[in-house]
Amino acid sequence: MREVAIVGIGMTPFGELWQDSLRNLFAKAALAAIDDAGVDHIDGMYIGAMSTGLFVGQEHIASLMADYLGMPGVPAAHVESACASGGIAVRQAFFEVASGAGEIILAGGVEKMNDGADTTYVLATAADQEYEAFHGVTFPGLYAMIARAHIHKYGTTREQLADVAVKNHENGFKNPNAQFRMKIDRETVMNSTMVADPLRLLDCSPVTDGAAAVIVASMDVAKKLARPYVKIKASAMATDSLALHSRKDLAALPAVQKAAERAYKQAGVTPDKIDVMEVHDCFTIAELVVMEELGLVERGKAGAAVSAGMTRLGGKIPVNTSGGLKSKGHPVGATGVAQVIEIVEQLRGAAGDRQVANAGLGLTQNMGGSGGSCVIHILEAMS
Amino acid sequence: MIVPRYTREIPQRYRLEAGKCKKCGYLAFPPRVVCPECGNRRFVTVRLKPAGTILTYTVIHVAEDNFAAETPFAVGVVETDDGARLTAQIVDCKPEEIEIGKRVNLILRRIRKEGHAGILQYGYKAVLQR
Amino acid sequence: MAGIVGYGSYVPRYRITVEEIAKQWGKDAVSIKNGLLVNEKTVPGMDEDTITISVQAAKYAVQRAGIDPKEIGAVYIGSESHPYAVKPSGTILIDALGIGPDVHVSDFEFACKAGTEAMYVAYSHVKAGNMDYAMGIGADTSQGAPGDALEFTASAGGSAFIMGKEHVVAEIEHTYSYTSDTADFWRREGRMYPKHGGRFTGEPAYFRHVVSAGQGMMEQAGMKAEDFSYAVFHMPNGKFPLRAGKRLGFTKKQIEPGWIVPWIGNTYSGASPTGLSATLDVAKPGDRILVVSFGSGAGSDAFVFRVTDEIEKIRNLAPGFKSMMDDHKIYLTYGEYAKFRGKIQLND
Repeated sequence: MREVAIVGIGMTPFGELWQDSLRNLFAKAALAAIDDAGVDHIDGMYIGAMSTGLFVGQEHIASLMADYLGMPGVPAAHVESACASGGIAVRQAFFEVASGAGEIILAGGVEKMNDGADTTYVLATAADQEYEAFHGVTFPGLYAMIARAHIHKYGTTREQLADVAVKNHENGFKNPNAQFRMKIDRETVMNSTMVADPLRLLDCSPVTDGAAAVIVASMDVAKKLARPYVKIKASAMATDSLALHSRKDLAALPAVQKAAERAYKQAGVTPDKIDVMEVHDCFTIAELVVMEELGLVERGKAGAAVSAGMTRLGGKIPVNTSGGLKSKGHPVGATGVAQVIEIVEQLRGAAGDRQVANAGLGLTQNMGGSGGSCVIHILEAMS
Repeated sequence: MIVPRYTREIPQRYRLEAGKCKKCGYLAFPPRVVCPECGNRRFVTVRLKPAGTILTYTVIHVAEDNFAAETPFAVGVVETDDGARLTAQIVDCKPEEIEIGKRVNLILRRIRKEGHAGILQYGYKAVLQR
Repeated sequence: MAGIVGYGSYVPRYRITVEEIAKQWGKDAVSIKNGLLVNEKTVPGMDEDTITISVQAAKYAVQRAGIDPKEIGAVYIGSESHPYAVKPSGTILIDALGIGPDVHVSDFEFACKAGTEAMYVAYSHVKAGNMDYAMGIGADTSQGAPGDALEFTASAGGSAFIMGKEHVVAEIEHTYSYTSDTADFWRREGRMYPKHGGRFTGEPAYFRHVVSAGQGMMEQAGMKAEDFSYAVFHMPNGKFPLRAGKRLGFTKKQIEPGWIVPWIGNTYSGASPTGLSATLDVAKPGDRILVVSFGSGAGSDAFVFRVTDEIEKIRNLAPGFKSMMDDHKIYLTYGEYAKFRGKIQLND
């Protein structure tokens, strides 16, 4: 396999975008990425989206997107792995370029969640329909059960969970594309509306419309374009049982650990070498468990590490400088791609107020469902 | 119309039928065609013991529309006494009575309604052992 | 001789008091309690209905009978609150218990008498030798219209009885029924709540049928009130069964073990069967029990049971009724009750 680069990025602001349709959201992000790369064509594209069928009644979206991108004829495929769909799109683009089958591939993600659907119901279809969702379990409910298990097993505190949200909002405040650009404090999180005990409203990522796209290309193309690019040092994935109850340890996310192990091996790095990370904080508890699975801290120690500021901007390893899913927003299919965009900006040194000094190596961790899938990318700055 | 797939799951929903791996004894609930532990493909049908222990739980305050009228309601992961795990609502108690490690019985209750005119769907729920 | 080989009851944990309902409508709780001799009633959980109540009662009955459910040849559920207007309740029960599919199943309806009807037909099958075991169940989640007098009593619960010929715990020595067309209480198709004839439900309906069936039964059996250790009369409220019993020559002491209505309300099709179940919990070998049900419309089924030595062996194999009635109750406010019973109009 040959080496692969990311040569262009583009995204819409994340938020409640009442005037934008699914197709236009995608086209805007894709065009921005194409313009950023300065390419005059693409050889194909992969589009991550969780459930356009249930959110807006539209399937067969890859062709629709090619059409509305003004590129009818281009090969296009929709990929789905729930909230990890965007990360999978990047991974598919990576493979197509690495294999030599394509030179310039667009990887995009999109979700139009604010269009009248019962969002809680749609998201729950990423759980085991017959053995979880059937019983009324929601996604916040599944992560709440992980949180309860983590609290029970390790003594993680309510305050520590809140601190994840506080930190991510601190970062998102500086991100012009974020849905909720506001700082919040611990008390506000802990007094917000109960969603699924012990998780409250401000422990949860919001319902978001948005799209994101990156242009993945061969090193030859990247060099010719003569623009800042980053190298994909690793693209790794792992799956796990869809149902939370089937897992041996309910306070863990084994797919993350497996994908991380593969990614570190591929990239030839250890976690301490990573300068900045975007992780899947769909709920505050998720960020804590993911930190443990990625090897940033020992099991059970993530809460204390977050409260001590380890993952803040300026901390030992900044996590979710974009604001994360929590503050930036979580248009599920777009999230994995948007994470890559944040890391590319960090590695380009173009993250503005959110910039991590001398960021050379970054990681994205994108998760599907309650941990039924996880895709991790490690990106490296190229000067 | 969810009748076909509802009907298919009746043995599991109504009477906790599981598949027991003939090789390693793994209890697959619901039954599977291949054992996730040992790869064996031969199972014998068994009924799970309708009692177990709460491993984790939550109280859902914001539910999908189908369950909106029932909030708040508790849901937990239960390990049955024969070692299978499942997700079920925990009912007939106040949320503050629920704790990890508490013993429950699995009983038949109505789980959901398919709108005002569709079928009524039944299945297992957990009640605290008293 | 054919009779009961296993029995089980179930009532929901939830309760609402007469005071709580009276407060809602500005009524005087003390006079209502004195008039009805009812203190509180059971309320089904939002996920409970005639089917789930029947299943739980039937599981206890199978537990007590100690038989393989596959041996049960017929299952009848009597109720006036079958969750479906069209589609049987019993099919769900047999699949939940692992009965059949070679089994005869039917749902019965005859107001509050549907439960004893189900028992009567199950018993008849066994007596006739059609099958070794048959199960009859009476269960209800009865509806009383908001503000109606029925709201103080209409409750939820049920009991299941497995009839057989071996290891019988209560032989059925005699049966008798008394029926006429008397519209004292009814619910038309598609209506949510029943209507009733007020005081017409008393003398011309309940008392005429219960007393006539009781008299007819005792005449047929050649027995007198003193020959019975216990008696159960259908309990639409606390007062009626005591008064009917008195007219037939029974004392309060004979009626008391099955007189459960003050604490659970009127479980309709479940009422006299559950009174019998509570009585079996305390009866001794050799005791005779008279049961007279009543269903509006109207009719009464009467049974004479003779308790056998077997009762001691099975009594403790399932939860007794008293603990179910007295323990771990969860009291509801009227608002919660209205939500539970679907009396609040939701925007769905």
